[in-house]
Formats: sequence, C-alpha cells, structure tokens
Amino acid sequence: MSQRKRSKGLGSSQLTGGEDDFIPTQVERRSQDQVNQKVSELVQFLLVKDQKKIPIKRADMLKNIIREYRDAYSEIVKRADRTLQAVFGLQLVEIDTKRHIYILINNLPRPEGQHLCRDKEKEKMGLLLVILSFIFMKGNSVKDSALWEFLHLLRVYPGKQHSVFGDVRKLVTEEFVRQKYLETTAIPLTDPPEFKYQWGPRAEKETSKKDVLNFVAKMQSKDPTFWASQYSEAEANKATT
Amino acid sequence: NAVMAAQMTDAHRRFLQVLMSNGITEGSEARKLHQHCCETDKVYYAQDKLDDFISTINSHLQPLFMQIRKGLSEDDGTAHYAVVNLAETEVTKMASDYTEIELELFRKTMDLIIVSENGFASSTDILNLADQLKTKKMKKKEAEQVLKGFVEDKWLSEKNGEYTLHTRCIIEMEQYILSNYQDVARKCNICHSLAIQSQVCESCGIGMHLPCVRKYFRGQTERRCPKCNEFWSCDTP
Repeated sequence: MSQRKRSKGLGSSQLTGGEDDFIPTQVERRSQDQVNQKVSELVQFLLVKDQKKIPIKRADMLKNIIREYRDAYSEIVKRADRTLQAVFGLQLVEIDTKRHIYILINNLPRPEGQHLCRDKEKEKMGLLLVILSFIFMKGNSVKDSALWEFLHLLRVYPGKQHSVFGDVRKLVTEEFVRQKYLETTAIPLTDPPEFKYQWGPRAEKETSKKDVLNFVAKMQSKDPTFWASQYSEAEANKATT
Repeated sequence: NAVMAAQMTDAHRRFLQVLMSNGITEGSEARKLHQHCCETDKVYYAQDKLDDFISTINSHLQPLFMQIRKGLSEDDGTAHYAVVNLAETEVTKMASDYTEIELELFRKTMDLIIVSENGFASSTDILNLADQLKTKKMKKKEAEQVLKGFVEDKWLSEKNGEYTLHTRCIIEMEQYILSNYQDVARKCNICHSLAIQSQVCESCGIGMHLPCVRKYFRGQTERRCPKCNEFWSCDTP
C-alpha cells in the first residue's frame, strides 16, 4: 500500500492565525489520554460505517470524530488503522486519493472457498462472485445487457423479485455499486443509454483475479491454465499486489 | 494489570469478526466457531477453553471500551455472546441502522416493556404509540413493518402478538437500561442481572428470571420466596 503524503491538516495555523491565539493551550498540548480517546472513537466510527460497507469520507471523520484535534489527524488515523489491524484483522485503505475516501478491508487470510465472505450475507456474496468472475473472464468489462443475459441463465431476472436476493436490479446496480464492489460507467453516445460494469475498488482489494479464476476453474472442473490469457493476467496481477 | 495479556492471533480476529457480524451468537455456535477459527488459522485449539480465548480478545478490546459479553436467555437460560460498546450513552448501536423516527418508536416500545409487569408489550399498545411520536406520526402499517424489522434484527422478540426485548438487546443495552431506568428496571434476585421477563413475588415484590426460578426451586418440595419466605404463587412451566 502506498504511503500518501499527508498535509499538515486543515486546522493548521496557516488558515486562521487568530484561532490559535485565543486558545493558546491547544495544538501541541494534547495529552496522550485525549488522543487515545479519539483513536478509540475513530475505531468505533469506522467499524459502524463499515458494517454497512459504506465508504468513509475523510471529511466525515474530521467533522464527526477528529473535530478540534485536526492537528493530530494523521497520528489518530494511523493508530486507528494499527488498532483495526491488530485487534480486528481489518485494514483502512484509501480507494479514492483525490476525494479521500476510505474502506475497511478484511486482512485475514481467506481459506479455500470462502471468498469475500466476512458476513452472513453468503448468498449475496455468492452472486457477487459469479458476477465478478463473468466480468473478469469477459475481459474486465461487460455491457449491462450482457450481464443480465448471463444472469438469465442463472434464473436471475432484473424485473422479477428473486426469492433470495429480492430486488436484483437494485442489488446489482445500487447496492454492489455503492459498496464499491462494482463500478458502472455510462457508455457514451448510446441511446437508450447503456452502461458497462467493471470491478470496483473494494473487489480489487478484497479478492484477486487469481482467486476468481480458481473459482471458475473449480466450477467447470478444468485447470485454470485452460484459459491462457486470463491465467497470465491473473499471475501478473498477483505479482503487483 | 500484573498479568500480561495473551497475544491476539488471526483466530481471535476471525472469531471477533464473525461475532460482530452475527450480532448475537448462541453458546454452542460460539464453541464451534472457536474450533473453526483455530483450525483455519492453524492456532492451537484448547478445547473447552472458550472463556480464556474470549478473555484474550477482551483484554485488547478494553482500551476501545468494547467487550464480548455473555448473557443468558431469559427463556431458557442458554448462553449467548455479543460484542458490546461499553461507552454507549444511548442506543447508538442501532443508530446506524434505523432512522430517527424508528429509533423513537423503539425507545418508546422499550419504555412500555420495561415498565410492564411481565416484560411484554402488546402489538396494539405499540401501534398506538406510533400515532404519538414527536418526530413524525407513523402509520400503523409502517409501524408493523418497523416492528418486524426489529424482530428480524434481534432487538425485539415476539411471542403471541406480544413483544419483549431480545437477548441480544439485553446483553447490548443492559448498562444503558440499568442507568436510565434505575427506579423501574428490575434485577433478578438470584443472578442480579437485569430482568425484563420475570416472575414477581406477590408479597415482597422481588423478581426472578424464569430459568433462575427453575434452578432455585429444583429439588425443593416447598416453593418459597428467597427473600420473604412466603409461598411462591407463580407457576413455573
């Protein structure tokens, strides 16, 4: 994971020199206890947000938790991340370096056949895995029409309530996208507008092309090398992460 | 603390992750999970030492004001585990899952349940509350759906059209309830934990959990109140 260069923070004295003059005892005089308290609060905050797989904005962290401890922002976040890893096996990862958006990913080694399964929503994750596999095998990008055609084969229809998944259209186009498992982009100059689906940043971090290829190979009782181009892509991908 | 806390391993972390996502975990499930995590992460599995395993996790959760807490079901006395937030000053655990108005309905339902004689609130009474919410009035149909959601998420449990607090809710909110309902909330005379459903002595008013009553009277020919010694009038099914 690349280290992001952190600026001094939004509350730095460059902004409003007057601020510090009125409260001379703050800034450096943060007691360890107070900083510890903020670290705990941030850990809790992140866990709660992560429970719903909602990506966390830096602005939210600052507004809700860090508040007047802006000068200690980097330290608090760094220690919160360390705590999350040490105690929960979760890691804070920035998925958008421009807008400063973070997610928590599962750091624990994934045993065979337990892809992406941190929670009890096994069925949803099963469907997601199938979708991610389809996207990868088709060259990392598929049109929405192709995706729905594929899901038809699994008796999953966008217009129909599914007994397990409910509103599948909503699940795929909204929930999975909001959780950053899938990314959808409009295909320009299409009328009616068409969209394409790719892996989202959370999928990139929580699973790998190699895992997905192994899953497909297992399902089809073939060796992963059967798909030469996907196999070499998966191996190359493994080398860079 | 003179005792050095044992190290967290991936098995501990995995166990904690699953407990958190479950909301509430039944005792035997927790024991199976303990074994599964140790095997998955190739950590030494000390059979029947679940409590030690949990203590290790708790020693690391303590600085975060969190804890894996064990609570007993008020129905059958079986153990259940939940990860609780000790620093909570209100129902913050639920805050991320429900809207303002839903939370208000929950708080008012909890009021009804705690104040009641037997720890239950009828659906009629709860639906009437929906009409009087400060945030915004809630239609009966909507309130029914919200109640259903509370049951699914294990904050309430339902029996014959009546609602009480789920074991999960009691484990997670015991502190909150005891401090916010000091004069009204009952404590079991036997185990001294919060008692939502309880049998009450007609003479002196003490309350006991049903499983605690069963255990206390086991093998006794005469059923008498442990405090005032009067005959215990309630039946114990």
